[in-house]
Amino acid sequence: MLYIKCPYCGLRAQKEFSYGGDATIKRPNINEEVSSEDWDNFVYMRKSPRGKHIELWQHIAGCRQWIKVQRDTATHEIFQTAKVTEEIR
Amino acid sequence: MSQPFRLNKEGLINRNKKISFTFNGKKLFGYEGDTIASALIANGIHLVGRSFKYHRPRGFFGAGVEEPNAKLQIEFNGHSEPNVNATEMELVEGLSATSQNCWPSVNFDIGAINNFLKMFFPAGFYYKTFMWPKSFWYKIYEPFIRKAAGLGVASIEKDKERYEHKFEYCDLLVTGSGPSGLASAYAAAKNGAKVILAEDKPRFGGTLLTDDVSIDNLSGKDWAEKIISELKSMPNVTVKNRSQVFGYYDHNMLVMFERVSDHLEKKSKFTPRQRLWYIRAKETILSTGSIERPIVFGNNDTPGIFLSAAAKEYMKVYGVLVGKKPLIFTNNDSAYETALEFKKNNVEPIILDTREEHSSELIDEAKSKGIDIRFSHGVIVANGYKKVKSAKIGKLNKDKNSFEKIETVDCDCICVSGFWTPSVHLASQSGNKLKYEEKIDAFIPDKKKQHETSVGAANGSFTLEESLKNGFENGSNLSAKITETKTEIAIPNVNEKKYGAHDKFWCMPLPKNENPKRFVDFQNDVSVSDIEIALREGYRSIEHVKRYTTLGMATDQGRTSNLNGLQLVSNIENKIVPEVGHTTFRPPFTPITIGTIVGREVGMEYMPTRKTPMHEWHEKNNAVFVDAGAWKRPRYYKQGSETLFEASKREAKNVRENVGICDVTTLGKIDIKGPDAAEFLNRVYTNAWMKLPVGKARYGLMLREDGIVMDDGTTTRISENHYHMTTTTAQAANVLSHLEYYLQIVWPELNVNVVSTTEQWAGAAIAGPKSRDMLSKLYPDLDVSNEALPFMGYKEAEFFGVPSRIFRISFSGELAYEINVKSDHGMFMWEKMMEVGKEFGNQPYGTEALSTLRIEMGHVAGPELDGRTIPSDVSLNGLISKKKDFIGKNSLGREAFNVESRQKIVGLIPIDRKSSIPEGSHIVQDQNAKLPNPKLGHVSSSCWSVENNNPFSLAIMKDGKNMIGKKFFAVSPLKNKSIEVEVISSHYVDPEGKRVRS
Ligand SMILES: [Zn+2]
Repeated sequence: MLYIKCPYCGLRAQKEFSYGGDATIKRPNINEEVSSEDWDNFVYMRKSPRGKHIELWQHIAGCRQWIKVQRDTATHEIFQTAKVTEEIR
Repeated sequence: MSQPFRLNKEGLINRNKKISFTFNGKKLFGYEGDTIASALIANGIHLVGRSFKYHRPRGFFGAGVEEPNAKLQIEFNGHSEPNVNATEMELVEGLSATSQNCWPSVNFDIGAINNFLKMFFPAGFYYKTFMWPKSFWYKIYEPFIRKAAGLGVASIEKDKERYEHKFEYCDLLVTGSGPSGLASAYAAAKNGAKVILAEDKPRFGGTLLTDDVSIDNLSGKDWAEKIISELKSMPNVTVKNRSQVFGYYDHNMLVMFERVSDHLEKKSKFTPRQRLWYIRAKETILSTGSIERPIVFGNNDTPGIFLSAAAKEYMKVYGVLVGKKPLIFTNNDSAYETALEFKKNNVEPIILDTREEHSSELIDEAKSKGIDIRFSHGVIVANGYKKVKSAKIGKLNKDKNSFEKIETVDCDCICVSGFWTPSVHLASQSGNKLKYEEKIDAFIPDKKKQHETSVGAANGSFTLEESLKNGFENGSNLSAKITETKTEIAIPNVNEKKYGAHDKFWCMPLPKNENPKRFVDFQNDVSVSDIEIALREGYRSIEHVKRYTTLGMATDQGRTSNLNGLQLVSNIENKIVPEVGHTTFRPPFTPITIGTIVGREVGMEYMPTRKTPMHEWHEKNNAVFVDAGAWKRPRYYKQGSETLFEASKREAKNVRENVGICDVTTLGKIDIKGPDAAEFLNRVYTNAWMKLPVGKARYGLMLREDGIVMDDGTTTRISENHYHMTTTTAQAANVLSHLEYYLQIVWPELNVNVVSTTEQWAGAAIAGPKSRDMLSKLYPDLDVSNEALPFMGYKEAEFFGVPSRIFRISFSGELAYEINVKSDHGMFMWEKMMEVGKEFGNQPYGTEALSTLRIEMGHVAGPELDGRTIPSDVSLNGLISKKKDFIGKNSLGREAFNVESRQKIVGLIPIDRKSSIPEGSHIVQDQNAKLPNPKLGHVSSSCWSVENNNPFSLAIMKDGKNMIGKKFFAVSPLKNKSIEVEVISSHYVDPEGKRVRS
């Protein structure tokens, strides 16, 4: 079971979180034209890297904030967590 | 009742407390502090089970967790448990144990015929034997394998015991209380660290209990006791015996299995049987020790053959002799301690040492005591079927591949030692890549992967001095980093015997023309020849060899067999062991009960039960409940001997004719507040929201970004910047997360807050043509006319003195209202409604009637919004705004969503107007067509239309709108039904929607 550091609440067990997918995907702006290709990439296309991955988790059984987690998908090592408004480098 | 193999004084058992138990029906006794194994051996019983494949007689081999053979079925305290390790299970009054894998009895076992047919059971016999003919699989092979495989019998009774889970955090977890574990825990505790010390066995001390050593002039046992009592007195230390740390998981989480009360005759009602600990440790000391490995020889599985350290443990801990004429067969010095212990108890052992004549401290001591030592000797084959009677022994030549002399000696037990294997399971589970240590012919942990530090024998250090030093240093350094305190501790003086070098010898050769079975893995009956066959047949990877031969599998995880198996493979392949590698170590290290894994999450505690404030009323009024997620909802209110069908028909009919009330508390409710709330709703819903006036509700449709319908519901504008959103019961949690996602990540610039208010409000729907009359009685001072409170209108008013919200919305398609009051007033509201509604013929209705009402109206719900439908599939395209953007809009243009023949919602009625159509039925053109019969659609919801008095269903059907008027078959192979149906409109009742506006 992973141990995830919520930037608001501190280290908490994985049980308290739910997974939310790739955090680097940006939704096309609302009310703006978007090409079919860009839209399809946004909705469907995801990389499945072995290694470092920046992903979203929501602290559903805690502060309910969505957060960013940089995790190694093979070893589960977590390098960094951040608020969604912050950058992970 | 004498115990022929019990020593008079030796041992740590309590001779003042006799304990009686039964074994295979025979009444026996032992003492408090015995295990089942030590008590049976004291009684001279060695034959305890039959082997897995050949049903060969098997006895005890070890004295603890390493035991491969002695797995018993235990009945105690009303529960029956298979595969209990007799060497670990403590004796407790009233316990009854039986042998497994034998029929009719362990003494006479029919299955032993397999032993004489062993040419039919070579390596991979499952794969070879059960391949053909294919038709044999189901009726003959599978039952055979099921009967032959597995050892004991799982109970089918409900487990009445209590199991618990515990979550714990510490600075340092120490796994094992041998010398290095005690030293580590002590040093860390002195530094002020929060320490948990876990010991698998009932007694602390590990090898200190059996080795002839002294520390600071105390015996090993006394020193261990001193340290333990000091640790127990410290508030920062938790000391646990009977606790096995069995798994090392991600982020330094370890899981421990505590046997809380298995050893207690009586316990209080709330004492759990076992407890599972989830321990998050900052640092972990793995002081798991080592396990002696055997030397392989002929018939080495005969009862009476023991690991030499186990024989010593039986003497020193339990005061039990494993035999009175022992042969000690060794390649190293440690077995000499066993020989000396026998000698001390006036038993004359013979030592067979595979090494050439040489001298060491222990050898010299054995010699001086007059023990018969034969160098360059070993056991070739053990004689005796159910118990060792004698052994054929041989003097090895210089190359140790043939014999210079062979003779037979009498013996009643053989104690074998092939050196020591560090227990690296936990280190390996943590992700540590092991490395092969030539000096000890075994794997030890390599570079740290998580925060695991292996010390003592688990790290390949086999001297006490080294283990203690190792323990004190690591315990101190690791904890000092956390507590930033360092207390100096003097490392104690140690007195121990110096061991000479061991012999890299692990398998006895066989004389010409002799071919007894030489077992590598006792638990799985894997012999030297099985591994040879696997390699001959081309299996190279050790993982493949393992699976083909079953070497190292099952409950003992190859604790005594893995390294010998690797040696054999590397010998045959002409490789060195590190090239062969090792198989993966996986948790659990030892078997744990399913009950412990489940813990308290069973029955009613499996998940929380959510009840509405009116639940008690429903119960009192014969509601039959249905689960809606965690909620309990009344499905129908049973009157007399009514069936579900009769009751739901009555309830639905009453709504159509009079008025009914329904508990709708479970609907998801979300409060949405903020200056940008309207803009947010406008983006979340497919329809327009910017112009909804205060005091009005609107039906809204929510999509996922891929265009699929996510949820629907009404949202009401309570005030300028305050909206009240409702969701379906099932989607409430998802919708909240969805809204939070967009507010926090996608559009943080919107000034909006959302919060769940589901549990703040109790809700009741009032539906039916007389609902307005009833409402006016509920709110005598309020104008509830169609003009004052029109369809989709909203009002706040006092409900008999209690604040309430009135929504004119309808799910049933009738004239209807929904009243919300604070949860605390839910019961008051409901009872008032029942009282006031009497004169209008009001009756409560459940979810079954609710479904009937919405289905015949053609209102879609969960079965239609199943994660595969887009708005136009379910006739909701009228809610798609063309003027604005919203979540999922761009996806609606996708080609596949816009083909003419795409699935659409339709209604179905049976041609005979009688047969109800099972939900899930497939719609086909020809019920007798060749399989696979092309599927045109499926039935999503079915009901008995109370309005038309015949069955009616909703279906999602290919090119649905163009199928109206045509006939098909709805087939349900599951229910073995095929019903001829006609396609009609999905709006079966009141297609213009007049009633809701009336
Ligand atoms: Zn949080």
